[in-house]
Amino acid sequence: MGHSAPHVVASEGLADELRGLVGSDLLALIEAHDEMTLVVARDSVERVMVKLRDEADYQQLMEIAGVDYLDRPERFEVVYHLLSVTRNHRLRVKLSADEASPVPSVTSVWPVAGWLEREVFDMYGVIFSGNTDLRRILTDYGFSGHPQRKDFPLSGYVELRYSEEDKRVVYEPVKLAQDFRSFDFMSPWEGAEYILPGDEKAPPAPPAPPPAPAAKAEEVKKDAASAEAKKPRAASVKAATAKADGDAKAKAPAKPRAPRKPKASEDKA
Amino acid sequence: MSADTLEDMEMGATEKRTVVVGTGSHEDPDGIQNYTINFGPQHPAAHGVLRLVMELDGEIVERCDPHVGLLHRGTEKLIEYKTYLQALPYFDRLDYCSPLGMEHSYVLAVEKLLNLEVPLRAQYLRVFFAELTRICNHMLNLGSHVMDVGAMTPNLWLFEIREDCLNFFERASGARMHSAYFRPGGVHQDVPLKLLADIADWLDTRLPRLFEDAISLVADNRIFKQRNVDIAVVSKEDALKWGFSGPMIRGSGIAWDIRKAQPYDVYDRMEFDVPVGTNYDCYDRFMVRVEEVRQSARIMKQCLSEMPEGPISSLDRKVSPPKRGEMKSSMEALIHHFKLYTEGFHVPAGEVYVATESPKGEFGVYLVSDGSNKPYRCKIRPTAFSHLQAMDFLMKGHMLADVTAVLGAMDIVFGECDR
Repeated sequence: MGHSAPHVVASEGLADELRGLVGSDLLALIEAHDEMTLVVARDSVERVMVKLRDEADYQQLMEIAGVDYLDRPERFEVVYHLLSVTRNHRLRVKLSADEASPVPSVTSVWPVAGWLEREVFDMYGVIFSGNTDLRRILTDYGFSGHPQRKDFPLSGYVELRYSEEDKRVVYEPVKLAQDFRSFDFMSPWEGAEYILPGDEKAPPAPPAPPPAPAAKAEEVKKDAASAEAKKPRAASVKAATAKADGDAKAKAPAKPRAPRKPKASEDKA
Repeated sequence: MSADTLEDMEMGATEKRTVVVGTGSHEDPDGIQNYTINFGPQHPAAHGVLRLVMELDGEIVERCDPHVGLLHRGTEKLIEYKTYLQALPYFDRLDYCSPLGMEHSYVLAVEKLLNLEVPLRAQYLRVFFAELTRICNHMLNLGSHVMDVGAMTPNLWLFEIREDCLNFFERASGARMHSAYFRPGGVHQDVPLKLLADIADWLDTRLPRLFEDAISLVADNRIFKQRNVDIAVVSKEDALKWGFSGPMIRGSGIAWDIRKAQPYDVYDRMEFDVPVGTNYDCYDRFMVRVEEVRQSARIMKQCLSEMPEGPISSLDRKVSPPKRGEMKSSMEALIHHFKLYTEGFHVPAGEVYVATESPKGEFGVYLVSDGSNKPYRCKIRPTAFSHLQAMDFLMKGHMLADVTAVLGAMDIVFGECDR
């Protein structure tokens, strides 16, 4: 029976129809989880959307989402979600972009794209050429930076408060009373690539990013290793700064993890 | 309005935000200038922190530029740093008037990625409480819409019903508003039989009496009609172009309801009608919601009569926690509990877009997983964002006083719009 999420059935031969319609602008057609995704060339998006709207009956643009993949050459993905109320089908159209390469705006196809593109611009800094009103939308007046990027820290850079002396709101650099706590839950059985204590004979893993207390830890822990290994992996690696944490998160999970700290029981939440 | 003026107005939070009079550039020969005024961000009829910069020609709105984001809390960013279960309560706080509607999209998205089967009773409970949420939400919206255009009493009467709903939520989940009741795999806990009996009672007696009383005061009221009929007419084509959904698209005569078209949970077993508007104006949107309340009550009654006994959460212990009693005797249950509430569950890599019919329209969650225990990206598709964008197009040529009627018929909540 499976999940009970909204049931959308693609009609027979829809994939072929869309392949024929989009033609050479189509880079890939992916079907997964009963959802269809078209990956299209960036510069072709406007004419692809016109075709999808007028010839394939996808009347509505419901959403434009940005996604940041730091390790890709073109780091951003712009994801359009289309809906056809006559075919009763949803379609996802994707393209990739980076800070420097503008994406053609689809505001001429759907006026609703105006704000949706503004949001992607605000959150990721993707530029939409042809959008005449590409202002920031969700962030504060005078904000700088693009907060949804993976290398933007969770805490941000400035915080604001009302200053009783100045009788106005003032902006100050963020001061955290407590370091941001980030827990490394990757289990060594499921792809974490650091050396397990007591497992030194294994071929060496690539060097881990932060300066590692690993060598010392392994010495101390040799005896306790077997017992420790059975414990759940709730080892906490306190990120030195929120910034570093942002970087580490972005590379997960294929990249090497920071070595576990030797003793973590006090930090376990 | 000249570019300089707009620049001045966006200078920052420290700038005073008072009415700017006579700064328009559209001077006519008699020397009468257009007004530019600020509506909000603190205005009782703005339904939250909405700032509308409007250019007025006398009392006619020439241009309307909504400034949103004043309630932006970075929910999507925060979710990327939380496990799938920890991310759930953020959804209550998006549209705080219909919290369970928000949770519904999210849990379905997670379940779709996991391809997790949910027990039947849990599906019924979810539909049941999602519809109670719809009633609860519409009580607030209908009431405040009526109040925005000048009537006081119906709002107070409808709040009686809303209060009842909140009490029911409290009895089911322990919280009046931010229930965190739906969980990936089912619901958090079963409901006592007495609660279901009380709700059944309420559906038969109190709800229809209070609701029909309150609506009878406004539905045929001359003043209410004068304020709403033929205001902000949206054609079918425009509704599609502007990404409308929910009562807004149905008010424009398109019978589109995700519960019917793309049924989720047990909506395919439910019998209900989808009301549509005929004149496509604010009055139609209001009446669509009124009818939806009656239909929701109908769905809830069906749920009550059909709901089977059984587990209320998936039996897959890698996703949903074991019972407290089980943990006292079973080591494995204890380990499962510990792992679930520290590490959480891992979701296979992939991406899904799941949209449900929230009381306000299509509420979607675009969830990207990289295989870890935290979402890589969780894009929330709010309903109000698209609707609010159409303000300029809806308001053009209308009177200033119609702004509140249009906003009321839109049903915006800023927790969701700004995220």
